Amino acid sequence: MAWIKERAVLVLGLLVLVYMFVPIFVVVLMSFNDPATRNVYKFDGFTMHNWLNPCEDPSMCDALGLSVRIGLLATVVATIIGTLAGFALVRWDFFGRSSSNVLIFLPMAAPEIVLGSSLLTLFVQGGFAGQLGFWTIFIAHVMFCLSFVVVTIRARLAGMNDVLEQAAADLYATPSQTFWRVTFPLVLPGILGAALLSFSLSFDDFIITNLNSGSEVTFPMYVWGVARVGLPMQVNVVGTLMLIVSLVIVLGTEVNARRRARALAT
Amino acid sequence: MAETGRRRGLTAYLLMAPAVIVLALFFVIPFYSLVAASLYEPGGSDKNGWEVTYHFANYWDAVELYWRPLVRSLVYAGAATLICLVLGYVLAYAIAFKSGRWKSLLLVLVIAPFFTSFLVRTLSWQLILADDGWIVDTLQFLHVLGDDDRLLATNFAVVMGLAYNFLPFMVLPLFASIDKIDHRLIEASGDLYSNPVVGFFKVTWPLSLPGVVSGTLLTFIPAAGDYINAELLGNTETSVIGSVIQLQATDANHPHTAAALSMILMIGILAMVLFYIRKAGTEDLL
Repeated sequence: MAWIKERAVLVLGLLVLVYMFVPIFVVVLMSFNDPATRNVYKFDGFTMHNWLNPCEDPSMCDALGLSVRIGLLATVVATIIGTLAGFALVRWDFFGRSSSNVLIFLPMAAPEIVLGSSLLTLFVQGGFAGQLGFWTIFIAHVMFCLSFVVVTIRARLAGMNDVLEQAAADLYATPSQTFWRVTFPLVLPGILGAALLSFSLSFDDFIITNLNSGSEVTFPMYVWGVARVGLPMQVNVVGTLMLIVSLVIVLGTEVNARRRARALAT
Repeated sequence: MAETGRRRGLTAYLLMAPAVIVLALFFVIPFYSLVAASLYEPGGSDKNGWEVTYHFANYWDAVELYWRPLVRSLVYAGAATLICLVLGYVLAYAIAFKSGRWKSLLLVLVIAPFFTSFLVRTLSWQLILADDGWIVDTLQFLHVLGDDDRLLATNFAVVMGLAYNFLPFMVLPLFASIDKIDHRLIEASGDLYSNPVVGFFKVTWPLSLPGVVSGTLLTFIPAAGDYINAELLGNTETSVIGSVIQLQATDANHPHTAAALSMILMIGILAMVLFYIRKAGTEDLL
């Protein structure tokens, strides 16, 4: 009886996990679909066509390119600024520290539609209504990625004690040597994790971007636009690729961390 | 722990400055603009300019016109949060306590689906729940659904889509809380002749409350503002406040309505969050 109970929770949990993968399975399947007509979204036959001709609709690839460019740029900027702030919040004591923590928290607590419409209001009031485009999307993305970066870095730093840094100092390392040889390598996984999170948030954002993009079209906006007229199957190729790339990165870090742990243990 | 190592000095301000400047310029000031816009004289237009006349009636007008989508958004978000809490708790509990050495792999699997685009995932549900899809066919065969009943374009589809899309925001904080619980406390309750169900509600559940609180907030808040699920999985009767704000904000004659509605949504959520945090006694959450 107890044995069944033990397993029941695990089985139920795994069922929830399966539920989370149902639509993903459909996306992967559909990337190999050979649709009979454009409007009927059904699996009609297997083909490699979509994978071999990803840019059959050039506007999809343009949108994809724009999303990647904005994602990379916003991630670099948000990660640098956010890492600095994370260090300040964990390692320093200064006047305004707790209000800074609240300021960092607030954008994550506001619904996207509110962030987006307030930013649009600012741009319109500031006379930039005609200049909505690449840079307004970039600004919006840096703004909402920043808090997530700070929180990730803060968690990483707070979970680390300074024993190793004190040891380095005891061994006559200068503060900058200590930072670059001890602190930075220890925080690096946190920084990379924050960057990955930031990129995927930026890449995937629709609601805020849709309000502040002017005539530019990012990948999510492209998908939104074609959703009504029938989706090209290549959208599923992109969805599958996104999954593969991020899984490789995440699992790669995981394997690397395990190998390190084992190396340290021996 | 970190308290001992905290340094003092001006460097902190230099490190903090860029983040504070970005958030001040593009989060705080826009919010101020939003408040100002919500008090515009409604007769203005983008062409002739707007005037802040403290026209508070914008708020009442917005509520009067759009209370239905507003209430609908909150109800959808509430229902989706409840579903997420149940599903998320089971999953987080299973990963924390029952998965052994597969723990970190399972955690990766929880996040993995969400690296596929939000819109592509939601459209995938559109396909799964479609009228001639196998789920509808099966349910009709079993007479759970009538011949003309549908799943797509119903309240059910919208709530399910929301619950699906925001599930990881529930699972991760729940996992963080449950994973920290000392197993010996649960064993102790068993040793003291508590049955597992009572033990769960007297030991595990209270200890996991911080995770429950942050999980429900992280699910409810974005779900209340989302309009993607309602538009893609719902019908014209399921329009939510997010759609209204989006439409009004891009309409040259109605920025004041969009602003007032955004403020109302924000105030509603904030009031709820403060009440909820008080109630759950986890003020140190921030």
